[in-house]
Amino acid sequence: MAGLNPTGAAASGGAAGNRAFKQQLNKVYAWYTGGFLIFVVALAILEQMGMPASWIGMTFLIATIGLYAGIGIMSRTTDAAEYYVAGRRVPAIYNGMATGADWMSAASFIGMAGTLYLTGYGGLAFIMGWTGGYCLVALFLAPYLRKFGQFTIPDFLGERYGGNMARFMGIFAAILCSFTYVVAQIYGVGLITARLTGLAFEIGVFVGLGGILVCSFLGGMRAVTWTQVAQYIILIIAYMIPVVWLSVKQTSVPVPQAIYGMQLQKVTEAEAKLKADPKEQEVIAIFKARADEAAAKLKDIPAAMAADKAAAEQKLADLKASNAALADVQAAEKALAALPADEAAAKKAYTAVQTANAARAKPLAGMPAHAQQFAGNPDGDAAAQKTFNESRRNFLALIFCLMVGTAALPHILMRYYTTPSVKEARESVTWSLFFIFLLYFTAPALAVLVKYEVFTVLVGTPFDKLPAWIAAWTAVDPGLLSVTDINKDGILQLGEMKIGGDIIVLATPAIGGLPYVVSGMVAAGGLAAALSTADGLLLTIANALSHDLYYKMIDPNASTSRRVTISKILLLVVALAAAYVASQKPADILFLVSAAFSFAAAAFFPALVLGIFWKRASSAGAVLGMASGLGITFYYMVTTQPWLRGVFGVTSPVELWFGILPISAGIFGVPLGFAVIILVSLFTPAPNKKVQELIEHVRYPNLKGDTVKSLGT
Amino acid sequence: MELTESQRHYWQKNLRVTAILLAIWFVVTYVVGFFARDLNFNFFGWPFSFWVGGQGALVVYVLIIGFYARYMNRLDQEHGVAEEE
Repeated sequence: MAGLNPTGAAASGGAAGNRAFKQQLNKVYAWYTGGFLIFVVALAILEQMGMPASWIGMTFLIATIGLYAGIGIMSRTTDAAEYYVAGRRVPAIYNGMATGADWMSAASFIGMAGTLYLTGYGGLAFIMGWTGGYCLVALFLAPYLRKFGQFTIPDFLGERYGGNMARFMGIFAAILCSFTYVVAQIYGVGLITARLTGLAFEIGVFVGLGGILVCSFLGGMRAVTWTQVAQYIILIIAYMIPVVWLSVKQTSVPVPQAIYGMQLQKVTEAEAKLKADPKEQEVIAIFKARADEAAAKLKDIPAAMAADKAAAEQKLADLKASNAALADVQAAEKALAALPADEAAAKKAYTAVQTANAARAKPLAGMPAHAQQFAGNPDGDAAAQKTFNESRRNFLALIFCLMVGTAALPHILMRYYTTPSVKEARESVTWSLFFIFLLYFTAPALAVLVKYEVFTVLVGTPFDKLPAWIAAWTAVDPGLLSVTDINKDGILQLGEMKIGGDIIVLATPAIGGLPYVVSGMVAAGGLAAALSTADGLLLTIANALSHDLYYKMIDPNASTSRRVTISKILLLVVALAAAYVASQKPADILFLVSAAFSFAAAAFFPALVLGIFWKRASSAGAVLGMASGLGITFYYMVTTQPWLRGVFGVTSPVELWFGILPISAGIFGVPLGFAVIILVSLFTPAPNKKVQELIEHVRYPNLKGDTVKSLGT
Repeated sequence: MELTESQRHYWQKNLRVTAILLAIWFVVTYVVGFFARDLNFNFFGWPFSFWVGGQGALVVYVLIIGFYARYMNRLDQEHGVAEEE
């Protein structure tokens, strides 16, 4: 890895130096990729020779984290430009890969194909939203931020809008969205570490944290960049192999992205067959009966409690009378003791039973038809039309929030400070999206192929002949996968299987019948995705605090090494705080991630874009615009999202605006942010001449006669 | 400082290409998304709007960004605002 520390010509800068450095990098990463493949093949051979699965998992964990740590140690630095922006000499293609890894989190790698599996067309909002946002990055932000050439996003707000207020809003918003996001990543790291090694979840969190810290702590942006490139290579290989395998197995064509339309048609046919299947309907009827029973109990809770108690006591007495096995008696005693103690608890328990069973009393186990666009029917009755319109509106609103959020997340925008020039920054966005595209373009295929396998191979299997992976995953967490023979016919119906989206990708190798080593590799890929994103986010938070808050606002005379040291200490503190929050398993992880996007969209996007494209935008306008955009987004979430309502003790009835779900709250914040900035700016004095010149300065890659000084160009 | 005529043109052209590309981005994402139920014809096995959401739109996004980078890098040269190598 000597190539990561440029020597001689490369260190002296200049175009020739940059070219030499890039060639060096090509060599290093080609060797690295080859080495990784040899490592996997070696493990596969060892597996055939009888190496146990848990050892393979452990080897993957230790080898990959060790590797990232090694890169981190080799790239250690205390130089500010190296620490904050990797010396501004990351070639476009490598910055693209690093951004890809930075961008693709545990949610993209593990969760997205699962979401597509469960929601069909509706899930494509994530695919389009998380890629289309890069168009906004490329057209509105990346080249201009690179020309500006400072260290952080609040830096830009501070310089452009003058005064500490805009900078402070930027710091606050950057920390708010990055912290919610990093908690979700560390949670993912803990989950995968626990799976790979069998350690407890809480220990997994802190082991994974070690892997994150050794990298960003020692070398800042420089170490994170080179590690992220390494992580991207692992995660993309790990994602592709199982999908290509499934595709070859089902269609004998190794290009799943081009062929899955055919499988989608077969899935649609299978859906029709499953909907008409009498056995499936039998299962649905049983769930419906259970839900109805719970609903009846809810009507008269005291009577139902008494009846439950009498039945449980009767059962215990019968067992004792018939001299049943001790275990049975104990189970009956436990069931009796577990009955709800008071009416409130009983109401809660009955409601839970009712909703759980009602949710499963639906055709296709509650999943919509995979290829069907939106719920409801535009030509149906009033209710069906309303469902259709709201479903479509929410789909489009979610895409909007995810796109604008993508173009406003500070840890992504920060990456475009690291390229050598504006020209390379533009090319780098192309590479970023290309590398992200490879995975996102494949996820819809993965979902369809897995669904085909489940619908046509798994469903209809006798319970005693189910593949081993089902038992293995049920043992890990029954919340993620559980199968029960509801109608007692000894055969698996689709309605009898409950599957969580998070296991689809992790279980794909097993579903496709691949050896365990591939499962280990996929888990390592998920780990790489979560670690790389966590690295970028932690760095963003620590830099916002050390560079923007401490250096720019509190002590402008602080020496470089002191700033870097403070940044490192803060990084440690923030990481521990995030790990602590993650180990508490906060209720709704997926919601936290999407909330981060809405916050970023509402807080940053209007102020950044208007700051570049509208010279008239004033400081007061920007500050108020950011505050009101963020404020309304937060208000809408707190009043409509169940978990947040609980946290803030909101009891008023839920009132949705235009039927928009809380996940897309940013759809209100972004337009409001724009409107407030424009209105307030028109009523306040225009920015001074110095700011006007700064705007000209960022608009032109090289402006002759320009008086504003830029770093690194 | 005063901008030259050429520099002003550069910015105008930049705004124009940005607007055109943004319009393409909008059509692919939101117009196709809005009429998804109606654009249901068979496209090599996929319903058309499903294919656009899963693959087509992504290809267009990559092309948009790639085109913009090429166009702007050339425009820099033409208007004498390119960075010195």
